[in-house]
Formats: sequence, C-alpha cells, structure tokens
Amino acid sequence: MKLIVAILSLVWTPLAVAQDSVPPAPYAYRQLDDPALEAKAHDLMVTLRCLKCQSQSIADSDAPMAGDMRSQVRQRIAAGEEPEAIRAWLVERYGDYVSYSPRVTAMTWPLFAIPLVLLLVAALLLRKRFGRNVSE
Amino acid sequence: MIAEFGLAALWLAAALAALQLLAGSLSLTRGGEGFAAIVRPAAVVQGLLALVSFFALMVLFLRTDLSVQLVAMNSHSAKPFVFKLAGTWGNHEGSMLLWVMVMGLAGSLIALIERRLPERTMLATLAGQAFVSLGFYAFLLFSSNPFERLDPAPPQGAGLNPLLQDIGLAFHPPTLYLGYVGLSVAFSFAIGALITREVGPAFARAMRPWVLGAWVFLTVGITAGSYWAYYELGWGGWWFWDPVENASLMPWLAATALLHSASVLASRNALRAWTVMLGVVAFSMSMVGTFLVRSGILTSVHAFAVDPERGTFILVLLAINIGGALTLFGLRAATVTEGKRFALVSREGALVFNNVMLSAILGIVLFGTLYPLVTEAFDTRVSVGPPYFNPVSAIFFVPMLLVLMVGPLLRWRRDNLSRLRRRLVVPGLLLLAAVAALLAIGGIGVLPFIGLALAVALAAASLLPLRGRNLRRTPIATWGMVAAHFGIAVALFGAASESAFTKETLVAARVGDVTQVGPWQVRLDAIEPVAGPNWTAMRAGLSVRYGEGAVRQLKPQARSFWSPPQQTAESALLTRWNGQLYAVLGEEGEDGRWQLRLWWKPFVTLIWIGGLLIGLGGVLAIVAHVANDVRRSVAREKIADRRMRQGR
Repeated sequence: MKLIVAILSLVWTPLAVAQDSVPPAPYAYRQLDDPALEAKAHDLMVTLRCLKCQSQSIADSDAPMAGDMRSQVRQRIAAGEEPEAIRAWLVERYGDYVSYSPRVTAMTWPLFAIPLVLLLVAALLLRKRFGRNVSE
Repeated sequence: MIAEFGLAALWLAAALAALQLLAGSLSLTRGGEGFAAIVRPAAVVQGLLALVSFFALMVLFLRTDLSVQLVAMNSHSAKPFVFKLAGTWGNHEGSMLLWVMVMGLAGSLIALIERRLPERTMLATLAGQAFVSLGFYAFLLFSSNPFERLDPAPPQGAGLNPLLQDIGLAFHPPTLYLGYVGLSVAFSFAIGALITREVGPAFARAMRPWVLGAWVFLTVGITAGSYWAYYELGWGGWWFWDPVENASLMPWLAATALLHSASVLASRNALRAWTVMLGVVAFSMSMVGTFLVRSGILTSVHAFAVDPERGTFILVLLAINIGGALTLFGLRAATVTEGKRFALVSREGALVFNNVMLSAILGIVLFGTLYPLVTEAFDTRVSVGPPYFNPVSAIFFVPMLLVLMVGPLLRWRRDNLSRLRRRLVVPGLLLLAAVAALLAIGGIGVLPFIGLALAVALAAASLLPLRGRNLRRTPIATWGMVAAHFGIAVALFGAASESAFTKETLVAARVGDVTQVGPWQVRLDAIEPVAGPNWTAMRAGLSVRYGEGAVRQLKPQARSFWSPPQQTAESALLTRWNGQLYAVLGEEGEDGRWQLRLWWKPFVTLIWIGGLLIGLGGVLAIVAHVANDVRRSVAREKIADRRMRQGR
C-alpha cells in the first residue's frame, strides 16, 4: 500500500516537483501563436503517451515529463517539422510505447489483421445464417 | 468483535453456497429429487448472510476501527462521513465483498420470485449461481480477507486517495459491480438452461429483466465514470480507451447484444444457441474486466490495486468458469437448435446484423486491450490508443448505425425494404442537410464528420416507430426502445461535436488579465486561499462572459490534500444549452503569473445526456416487461379462480 501511495504521489504531485527542478519548458503550458500550427501540434499530442503517467496522453497530463514533451512537440511543429517525423523521432528515443498509434511491425501486424478477420467472420456468420433460407 | 462477527457470517455464507451447489446438483440426478427442497432456502439465507457480513464491514469503516487492517489502510478519522461509507467498497477486499453480497442477494431474489421456469432448470440455475459464488467466497476468505486484524492498531489511518474522494466516484464502482453481478445471473440462467436443455422463450423472459437491469447499471456506471474522468482529471478528456474503461465497455457491448437477442428469443423463439452463447460471453467479459482492474496487470489511470497473487486467483476463477461454461456449451450446442427461421430483411435479420457488429466491436476492444500484454511478454512495449480504436471500431459501428435506422421499422420474420422508402425520406433529407452544413463549416476530421451527420439522421429515424401511433397507447416497451436509440444519436452527436469544435486556451495570467476562449471572455479577478476538512487550496475567481451576455463567476481550485499528501485540480464548469466552459487553475509561475487552462466544448454535455437516455430506455423496458409479467400472472390466477368456482 505504501508503495502504491508512493507511486501515485509521484504521478500526482508534479506541481511540487516541478518547482524544485529546472525551469519548466517554454511551451509546456503555452500554445503556439498560430492557431493552425497549434491545432497540428494538438492533434499529435493527443496520440502520444505520457510515459510517467497511467494511460494518459501528454495532452492530458500534469506530469513534468509530459510538459517537456509538449514543449518539444510545439517547438518542432513551429520549426516546420511534420507531425509524423516528430512521432518517429520520439519513437526512436522512447520506443513504440510512446505512440498510441501503433506502427505495423513484425510484432504488431495482428492488430491490423484482426479487423479483417472479424469482417470475414461476420460475413461468414451472416451468410451462414441467411444464405440458405432466403427462399423459405 | 464486529470484525469477527462479519468474518463468521462470511464463512457461513460460503458454507451455504456449498450446500446450495451440492443439493442443487444432487437434485438433478435420478433419486436425488429429495434435495430440491433445500436449494431455494439455502440461496435465500446465503444472500442474507453475505449482506450481514457487508454491513459489519460498513460499521467498521463508519467507526474508523483502526485495529482492522483494511480500515487502517484505506480510511482516516478526518474523512467526511459519506467517504467513510464509500471507503467500505473503495478498496480491493471491500469491493469483492460487495460483489459476493450483491451476487448472493440476486440469488436470493430469483430463489424467492422466479416461478416461470421449469423447476429443474431453476435448480440448475441456482446450483450454477452457487458455483460461481463459491469461487469468489474462496477468493475473499483465502487471499483477501477484509476483516484481517492489525496488531498493534496504528494511531491514524492512511486515508483514501483524494482523487477518489469525490461523490461521483464513491458510487461509480458499486454501480458497475451491480451491472457485472446482474450478468452473473444471466450466466447462471444460461448454464441452467443448457444443463436441462430448456432453451426457449420462458428462459429468455426469466433472464431478460436481469440482463436489462445489469445493462442499465453498466450504462449509468460508464456514463458517470466518463463524466468523473472529464471533470476530475482536469484536462477535459472524457474517454481515453484506457484498459479500465474498456473493461467496463466490453461487458456493456456483450450485454447490449444479449438483451437484443434475448428479446428475439422471448418473442420469436429464434436465436436460441446465440442467446445462450452471449449469456456466457457477457459474464465472461465482466470477469475479464474485474481481472484487468483488480490484478493491476495493466497500468492505467484507474488501477489502484497492484497485487499479482490476486490476479492469478481471478485468472484461475476466470478459466474455470469460462472454460466450464464453454465446454458445456460445446457439449450441448448440437442439441440446442437455432429455433424459428427468418429472412435477411426482417426485424430479426436487423437484430442479428447488429449483434454480429457489436460482437465484432467487442472483439476489437478485447484484442486491442490485451495485445500490449502479449507484446510485453516478448519484451516489446506498445501502446494501443484512440488512433487505433476510433477508426477500427468505426468500421463496424457505422454499418450498425445505418441498420439501426431501419431495424425497428421492419416486421418480424420477413419484410420488404421498399415498403419503408417513404418513411425514411425525412432522415435521408436530414442526412443530406447535415452533410451540406458540415461541408460549409469545413475543417472537420473524417470521423467527427461521419459521427455528426449520422447522429442527425439517426435522431430522426429513431423516432419513426412512434409515427402514426396514438402516443398515449404506445406500449412502454416501444418508448423504451425509442429513448435508448435516440440516446445513442444524442451521445454520438455530443462526442463528435466535442471532437470537432472544442476550443482550447492555455495562458499564464496575472490578476486583472482578460483572455478569450471561443465565444467566451474570461477575466482573472482574484486568487485566494481556501480550506476544506482535509485539504487546502488556491482558488481563482474568474468573471466569464459569453459574447455580449451577462457576466458570471467561475471558481476553479488547485487543491492540496494532506492525508495522503497529494495535489489535485478542481475544475470549474459552466453549462449552457449549447456546451460547457471548462476552467482549470494550474500552478503559479516564477514571475507570479498563474496557469489557466480554458476550454469551450460545444454540446459536450449531450454525451452524458445521451448516456442517461439510453439508461432510461432500459428502465422503461424493465417496467414494461415486469408489468406484463405481473398482468399475465394475475390473469392466470383469475382463470384458475374462476375454474375452481365453476367446479363447485
């Protein structure tokens, strides 16, 4: 239980922690001035995982690390980088875990096969149910 | 003393469940019919004993009896009364006790009132219920005893996680549990019917109120949980495809499919095997959900329990129950015929289509939730989130919505689509108008676009079953169906609108600064300290104004709890008919400016209003079916009465 409290307080006391450490990243809590660029950054941020939190995107988190990552994303978008390039850079740095949008790899292809399999099964089920007794 | 009393009651309840299982099983064998008389009373007493045990734990929490380990770890004498009460089930052991208590009471209730089913099926059902309960009793007694003493007693308790000290969340888990446990009754009915091979309309009618009840609780629970996440986490998100959310969504999807196929079975005597199968699947999903949440196997916002031993225990229970049920199904499937046939274009046909689509979505959610565990076993960590779940589930959700528009208008058995052409003119025109309007607005993502357009058309189509009817004479069940389907449209509109039109403003503001979010003007008037029973906070005073409208006040807080020490952001919400303004106070910067996070979310409230409408539809359906059953049994008694008098 103590451990849980410790972990939770790590996750949920970012405010206190942030004040002790280096000054916060410039764009952690600040939007880009250009609304179009900000929208682009936002669309990317909601698909990136906050590595210090539990199931939250960096756009939904108070954790200092999420703030740093938001700042990174905004600065890179402002510098003209494409969202997918930034995602690739982050994946290279932190691993696939950081992206909520899984890539197709040797490890993840079943995720993309399963909808097709389910479509096929659904079609077969419906065919089996209705195929033979339409004339009834 | 109270703790020992509660534990004794729990042991006795477990013993009675064992008796219920034994007597129930024996009564089904040749020569064992004499045991049948014990089964119903055993079920009733078992439920009452579980209730007594739960009350004992509740008393311990209300008194903050710190010599009980569970209370010491989860409560604190300074906590407000209602959260002491909620502390009873706001932890692993307590919530499991709540589970067996509700399950026991449900068993008592069917033992007392259910008389429509053949007695043998009923005995098998109660034996099945006892079997499932026994697993949970064993779990409680051997690995998570809620009444464990602590010696010496600590001077003060550890407190409850401040995030959980919220009235909504205090009642959120028990609501979901009621849903899960209601599905356990459906599961037991399915087992009972499989054992005695009595899968027919009577079985569906007996099961239906339980499925509907469970479904209403799940619907309300999910809706409330989503609203909790929305205002409590402080970032304006309302659905994260988080494993714990998925854990409650999966039983809901299965229960939705089940209640539709159960109504086909009840009124048409078709889809027998499919309904039984869904009964097994729905409860299996509840157990999978409990496993995911309680084992802490998935790290997520809501997983507050981390303990591998418990996870293993639930996994074993899961394997025994699901494996056993599926084996039974495999053995009996050949003898359970499909029932009456029907054409593709018919009410049944539409329901089958939607059942298959719901099952496919269930498959996607299950696979997407569990897959990261699989890859983790191979040392690759991946995340599966909204960018996967949204489009992939839409593949099945969109066709389902299209069929939903026509399904309720179709006749049973066989129908002709051309008959409906004229009735669908209005929804069709609305769809086109919505598409045109959305194109004119522009800049809307693909999924929100589809969602908004379909929601408008579905809202109109869902009302069509009422057209041409005398509204006062329309059956309550029809009102229920219309309310639920309309609710789907409403919730979809809210969700799509939130995603398409939300405006966000993040600023660092000094007192006196004015900022803009969407149509709102927001002025920071003051920052002041405030204190509560177990927290202190900084509170922002905001003057907000919609367009040229009146000035109103909003007071978001940044709170610090001290037992356990933790910071939370208390967001402040302002609701208008066309959306919500969402304000959060962040930290103070080094230059003395305060972080403000502001969102304008058009029509976001429709998400939860829609959810409640769906739940209301379920309530109306229960009322309709129960009223029908009562009317039927009264009529039967009258006939019997008249016959007796004529006999004289």
